[in-house]
Amino acid sequence: MPNYLDFEKPIEELYEQLEKTKQIGVKGKIDVTKLLAEIEDKIEVVKKQLYSNLTPWQRVQLSRHPDRPYSLNYINAITDNTFMELHGDRTVKDDKAMIGGFGMVDSMSVMFIGQQKGHNTKSRQYRNFGMPNPEGYRKALRLMKLAEKFNKPVVTFIDTPGAYPGLEAEERGQGEAIARNLYEMSILKVPVICIIIGEGASGGALGIGIGDKVYMLENTWYSVISPESCSSILWRNWDNKEKAANALKLTADDMLKQKLIDGIINEPPGGAHSNPEEIYQSVKKVIVTELGALQKVNASDRVKNRIDKFSAMGVVQEG
Amino acid sequence: MSWFKRIKEGITTSTKEKKETPEGLWYKCPSCKSIVASSDHEESKYVCPNCGFHERIGSEEYFAILFDNNQFKEFNENITSGDPLDFVDTKKYKDRLRDTMSKTHLKDAIRTAHGQVYGHDLVIACMDFEFIGGSMGSVMGEKIARAIDYCLQHKLPLMIISKSGGARMMEAAFSLMQMAKTSAKLTQMSEAKLPYISLLTDPTTGGVTASFAMLGDLNIAEPGALIGFAGPRVVKETIGKDLPKGFQTAEFVLEHGFLDKIIDRRNLKDSLAKLLVMLKS
Ligand SMILES: [Zn+2]
Repeated sequence: MPNYLDFEKPIEELYEQLEKTKQIGVKGKIDVTKLLAEIEDKIEVVKKQLYSNLTPWQRVQLSRHPDRPYSLNYINAITDNTFMELHGDRTVKDDKAMIGGFGMVDSMSVMFIGQQKGHNTKSRQYRNFGMPNPEGYRKALRLMKLAEKFNKPVVTFIDTPGAYPGLEAEERGQGEAIARNLYEMSILKVPVICIIIGEGASGGALGIGIGDKVYMLENTWYSVISPESCSSILWRNWDNKEKAANALKLTADDMLKQKLIDGIINEPPGGAHSNPEEIYQSVKKVIVTELGALQKVNASDRVKNRIDKFSAMGVVQEG
Repeated sequence: MSWFKRIKEGITTSTKEKKETPEGLWYKCPSCKSIVASSDHEESKYVCPNCGFHERIGSEEYFAILFDNNQFKEFNENITSGDPLDFVDTKKYKDRLRDTMSKTHLKDAIRTAHGQVYGHDLVIACMDFEFIGGSMGSVMGEKIARAIDYCLQHKLPLMIISKSGGARMMEAAFSLMQMAKTSAKLTQMSEAKLPYISLLTDPTTGGVTASFAMLGDLNIAEPGALIGFAGPRVVKETIGKDLPKGFQTAEFVLEHGFLDKIIDRRNLKDSLAKLLVMLKS
């Protein structure tokens, strides 16, 4: 049974109708072919209409859809299962919310890094709901440095509700860990591509988000705070999350307009999970194309361009 | 003393308000309750002479404490936020900015200036907590970036005095990207081998901690300052129990290895001058 979101109700009902009609056909030995085709057509129309007019909040919901592919799904598909996961930050432990390792994209060796969420209760806990601790960011940096040493490009997949706000995370310097990554990623000598595949929440997302090219999937969000937390702080309740989602301008379209990202990867109608193979291919295509272009630029220019790009972000009024 | 109490104490009233009240001739320490003449309090750099409690102060006070003869050249004094998102919550961000400006006589939450500390040139970027909680928006990022450019051009050391609740929500992703911007710019200071000293004061949390505040060649804090990534309330909610005593204080952060030193504000200028000499190439 697929999981439907509240706004997908019309589609869920049509699928139920489709099932019922099929059963009637079988039981009553009636020819329902025509009826089924009509319903299927209707589903396509409703889908198209629904997914072409998504509100920011609906996109936030899609970005968190329980059936959505996570980092490892993308990496395994894109590397044709050649991914060799590497563990540990060499200091404290192995953070299961942050994964990384080498994989082959066609004939090219690439370092993949990403936040990882779980698909069921047990794995969600194991992955700490995709919320890394400082050792996660330090593991990511260690692997980026490893890639740099052997001149391999880095691709990061961002999907986190935030860096973990726990007691031990504070003791081990969550702030310093993220800060260090921002600094080091700015000057990493190899090409870096960052792709937001789900939730891009604040510093926890940015901690692996400094790239030559930053892409967002169509139904993802990227901002300084989640709409719920924004609502609770600015409106002092949780009821204004939709308003907050609008105000934050956190969708891929908004982010591209604001020139804070470099591109958008379209998702199949219904979201990435409705046709994973299609989205894996789209993401792979972007990676291959962008890496090809980035590798033609020499390393010091690439670093300079990267620093210049982030330095240009912001809107002020000269007095 | 729990941090809860400490935060409350810190935000009772700003030093400026105190000076303006008729009773402002006297300062009552929120920590030990002892009373001192305001002039004595100012003389002791707004640190309680009895218990050492560091009152929150702003750029005006820090510049006066650190720069010789309170002389400095301020940069980009009139840059203000562009409100790129046309943000509205319970109030328009534009109105919030305008009201805050007239209330505080500040243009944003940071001021940058070049002056001398016992004859040693230094560029200081200093935050003002009274301007929307010292929150980081485009203005803060841009002023820090331009201060760094100035340092690069004139081969000068930089100090950033942090005092911030973190991101400015009304600038959303623009605010987030100031973390990237400032961190990227700091790589140029390193490349040029110019010293960058980070001074973390009460409070330094969120996006400021997770970017330039933790990236100093030297990370220095004032005693008792609240320093952390997640705010204490959020951490408490996450772990579902009370936080240990002294959690996220400067002393706690030093013990865990993220600060070089804690320096009493009364010794700050002397220590700073010594450090600048030692770092000079
Ligand atoms: Zn006192």
